[in-house]
Amino acid sequence: MQLTGAEIVIRCLQEEKVEYVFGYPGGSVLFIYDELFKQDQFKHILVRHEQAAVHAADAYSRSSQKIGVCMVTSGPGVTNAVTGIATAYMDSIPLVVITGQVPTAYIGQDAFQEADTVGITRPCVKHNFLVKDVKDLAVTIKKAFYLAKTGRPGPVLVDIPKDITTQKCDFHYPKSISMRSYNPVVKGHSGQIKKAAQLLLEAKRPMIYAGGGVILSDASDRLTRVTRKLGFPITQTLMGLGGYPATDGQSLGMLGMHGTYEANMAMQHCDVLLAVGARFDDRVIGNPAHFGQVARKIIHIDIDPSSISKRVKVDVPIVGNVPDVLDEILKLLEAADSKPDAKGLASWWKQIDEWRGKKSLQYKQGSDLIMPQYVVEKLYEVTGGDAIVTSDVGQHQMWAAQYYKFDKPRRWINSGGLGTMGFGLPAAMGARFANPKATVACVTGEASIQMCIQELSTCKQYRLPIKIINLNNGYLGMVRQWQQMFHGNRYSESYVDALPDFVKLAEAYGHVGLKIEKPADVEPALREAFVKHKNELVFLDILTDPTANVFPMVAGGKGLSEMILAEDL
Amino acid sequence: MRHIISILIENESGALSRVSGLFSARGYNIESLTVAPTEDASLSRMTIVSIGSDDIIEQITKQLNKLIEVVKVVDLSEAPHIERELMLVKVRATGKDREEMKRVADIFRGRIIDVTESSYVIELTGNGAKLDAFLDAIDRSLVLETVRTGVCGVGRGDRILKA
Repeated sequence: MQLTGAEIVIRCLQEEKVEYVFGYPGGSVLFIYDELFKQDQFKHILVRHEQAAVHAADAYSRSSQKIGVCMVTSGPGVTNAVTGIATAYMDSIPLVVITGQVPTAYIGQDAFQEADTVGITRPCVKHNFLVKDVKDLAVTIKKAFYLAKTGRPGPVLVDIPKDITTQKCDFHYPKSISMRSYNPVVKGHSGQIKKAAQLLLEAKRPMIYAGGGVILSDASDRLTRVTRKLGFPITQTLMGLGGYPATDGQSLGMLGMHGTYEANMAMQHCDVLLAVGARFDDRVIGNPAHFGQVARKIIHIDIDPSSISKRVKVDVPIVGNVPDVLDEILKLLEAADSKPDAKGLASWWKQIDEWRGKKSLQYKQGSDLIMPQYVVEKLYEVTGGDAIVTSDVGQHQMWAAQYYKFDKPRRWINSGGLGTMGFGLPAAMGARFANPKATVACVTGEASIQMCIQELSTCKQYRLPIKIINLNNGYLGMVRQWQQMFHGNRYSESYVDALPDFVKLAEAYGHVGLKIEKPADVEPALREAFVKHKNELVFLDILTDPTANVFPMVAGGKGLSEMILAEDL
Repeated sequence: MRHIISILIENESGALSRVSGLFSARGYNIESLTVAPTEDASLSRMTIVSIGSDDIIEQITKQLNKLIEVVKVVDLSEAPHIERELMLVKVRATGKDREEMKRVADIFRGRIIDVTESSYVIELTGNGAKLDAFLDAIDRSLVLETVRTGVCGVGRGDRILKA
């Protein structure tokens, strides 16, 4: 049967069992939206800005295991979407982005709403396609879904000129696809895995360092089994939180620029390091030269060969799918005659407990000003530690990561790589669509929330009962912190004058707004939001101590063990 | 260190910009780049000369392999190989220079492929150093125009790059 390009797009999405498409219509995608109108197999979610469409699809994926799908029009639709696409790319989130393009004959003529979509997005997608023949459309969309999810995941974009959506051809959706130029490795090298198991068993001061790859590959159960079997300490990156239960005794919490004292010290001083689905980035290990001063053997498991030995030389590289490799390691550990070095391990744990004794996340909550850390701790209590928490970017993001203890994967949703302000609210929407029964909280700040505030309207349209925890300190807090610490207290453009009345703003969009100014009111207000207003969106505008800073801190260019602690100041 | 990287890539529009974009985005250096379809028209072969430490070249190879359309990547300079570059030089050739230019071209196994009353176009192949040496051997003031293809190369013997 002959179908138009527009019909083919819809049929492909149905074949892929897509539940939601996040998008915004426009001239170049009108025929696709016309076909979308005629079907009810999947739902379209109308956002208020294309950036939010991509963030929502992104968080839909992060909080499920599914591929996020979004659709925007040509030109400004695409350029608005770029921030979202780059965000997903940096965190390896599988997305399929369908974009309209001006008709084939107009391409290159500076037509209305024309942009070189494939050119603009090339550096921030896993791959992109411009469809030039309707006969290629179905197979291209199939490839997009295949590429997005396999290997190291990422966003894939399909640019479809308007005339292609009206042309007809036979529809056939391929069941499977293979590409001679794309064969991601799954199984790890058995010799290397053997070496890794041997090193782990010989270690005296071992450490496990787990990143976002554990979450993306659904390997947290395997990671937990390996960690418990070995009895080793484990730390997680910002992207890896939830990959191992934070409340477990073997967890040292997050490492890196704002990691715990014990995690950073153990990372620096270990003799064998098992890195799993992590990439030793600058926010994690600080200065690589300083990190390299201590001799340690590094085992690195990653699906992406280019992540290995990029910033830090490793001794045992294992390219492969994390859960498969961990399974192999576990098998070897179970079959091994020897056990981990109990004596060495005991004295290592003693050392770690000493570091823990620093209590590097301690803060004081007085009776006047609300401490932001306190709000996150109360949020953790009130939600029973079981909420999906999204965040924007800045101090509030770090506090959420430090004080909300994630025991399960896919509960902590944030823009780690790109660090995109404006991510939190649309991400909360996407997470809620993927988890319609979950409690969803967005921890944000008064600056970040205003970067996608228009989505309060989308939340109303779809009755999304998100709880927005606005840690309002009146400043671009992280910028202010750096200016205080490294720029002689010169607060250049980091004070946001003329903030809106967030309570009235929430009400204007048809939601509930609450303003909280005293520490004693924090918990009651959270209970009111999560219990009384369970089924409504509540905007909690919480005025917090404007001078609060995030500690511990490893300053830019410093080594991991050169932390600034709250007590030092 | 100078490396010659050979790439087999799907012969599709935009493939070249994916490769060149990768080099500029990650700050890798390109000394020369040549590309043309292979005997299998669905594939292009690209030769890139780049200068970098072993670590950088390793990253370049890995990043190239990550590009979806790249089928194969080899660092030719890792093992015995042959490299060639083609140069066309247009020179002024009048009076006594006419005979001298022909003589030098012969020494370098160049061929004169266009002749006018006052000029020659000389075709020369070899590695980069040979082409440079030719330019050094002639009177520079007589050079009107040069164009070079950039390096292409193949591995010696059994080293074969095929999809």
